Amino acid sequence: MPDSPLPLFPLQLDPGPSFSELLRRVAPHQLPGADLVPPPAGTTMPEITHGTTVIAVRFATGVVMAGDRRATAGYSIASRRIEKVFPADEHSGVAIAGAAGPAVDMVRLFQTNLEHYEKVQGNALSLEGKANQLSQLIRANLQAAMMGLAVVPLFAGYDDSRDRGRVFSYDITGGRYEELDFQTQGSGSVHARNWIKAGWHEGMSADETVDLALRSLFAAADEDTATGGPDLVRRIFPLIAVIDAEGYRTLTDDEVEAKSIALLSGPEQGGREQ
Amino acid sequence: MSMPFYVSPEQFMKDRADYARKGIARGRGLVALECEPGILIVADNPSRSLNKISEIYDRIAFAAVGRYNEFQMLRVAGVRHADLKGYSYSREDVSAQELANAYAQTLGQVFTHEMKPYEVELLVVEVGHAPDENSMYHILYDGYVMDEQNYSVLGGQAEQISEALKEQYTPGADLQTALRLGAKVLGTEEESLTAPQLEVALLDRTRPRRAFRRFSRDELATLLG
Repeated sequence: MPDSPLPLFPLQLDPGPSFSELLRRVAPHQLPGADLVPPPAGTTMPEITHGTTVIAVRFATGVVMAGDRRATAGYSIASRRIEKVFPADEHSGVAIAGAAGPAVDMVRLFQTNLEHYEKVQGNALSLEGKANQLSQLIRANLQAAMMGLAVVPLFAGYDDSRDRGRVFSYDITGGRYEELDFQTQGSGSVHARNWIKAGWHEGMSADETVDLALRSLFAAADEDTATGGPDLVRRIFPLIAVIDAEGYRTLTDDEVEAKSIALLSGPEQGGREQ
Repeated sequence: MSMPFYVSPEQFMKDRADYARKGIARGRGLVALECEPGILIVADNPSRSLNKISEIYDRIAFAAVGRYNEFQMLRVAGVRHADLKGYSYSREDVSAQELANAYAQTLGQVFTHEMKPYEVELLVVEVGHAPDENSMYHILYDGYVMDEQNYSVLGGQAEQISEALKEQYTPGADLQTALRLGAKVLGTEEESLTAPQLEVALLDRTRPRRAFRRFSRDELATLLG
């Protein structure tokens, strides 16, 4: 190999189109969790920032992903404006619940992996291929998960070979489960899931699904202290993304505000003093 | 005992340069044109799958002529270099200039130290947020770098094509005009190249993150009219 500032490899060591593999070759210390050592026995872990409720819901031609904006550390609010829904690439998204620090790192590596593959190879991975990639990243985080730094994302996207939206959920070991229609994750997920279960039907439009997502997050915020509701005073609203054949689109704050106000004047005011 | 013949360093370098140049001169031409929407790269390349133009990073593209296996390896190395840098620091910290330097050093090393020089010519371009912030680096087989403006020409007929562009290039042309000019200067005196003979990509200034956009043959046929 010539002397070069570029990362060149002899054929048998070539990392191929995988960015994680490349990182392992040239800078393994930069892999998430590389320098992790278990704390000595008997130490109590400090409170760690956690992201809470995220959801992914399939509709007629794609998927909606949404997340509230609260992060908690123990009983404190660590952030009112954290973002938990990210584009993975142009036709898929990832939503994170669990330890916020490692989760954001994992998303960044995942995004780089997908783009790197596409550029080196000349074509994008299949949706299934992307879902499996994420599985490997979660498995690599298992040791950290055992120390309380678990990351459990949702992955969803538009599958152009099947012309439909698909939703995948994970467990901390990297187990990957394809969901039929929707899934939720995080502390408020049970409340959100029940709400979606009651309101979901086959063939919903993107707009109806966004409303359902917003309502389900509101229900979660109602019952779970770690989930934040729409904050009309500070203009902080859930992050909502729509993914279909057209690509990945995040709703603007103005759009979500209008929908939140409409929602708050509906049956959700139940329990209000007359 | 046999004695090796003495070869003067001048002769040694000249032989290598001639060898590389001959290889490149056999290749088809490629031009990059600064235009109103960004930087347009047009290559005389009838292949549907063996690309000469590709995306490196958000606002950076790579184009090459010469031996496919050699520039392909350099292209992948460039993508790896850029992605590693963007991951370690931030996306804004990846620049065409740094990448051009890395390519120049690599080609220079290969030219003087390896068995044979690479028979390639590279182009690394970066589209700026404003028209006067573009950069275009043209790198020769021996690592020589040229910082070019308005247009850049690579490949066999580079001299004639540059002559033609000197007369016909106007800054700030729209996409269609720039594409037609590219197809014209790459063709013969009588005939422009047509859509099936071209590979075309644009670094589109207005696209939010990844500026690189490849045109399909159908889109090209429509634009060329």
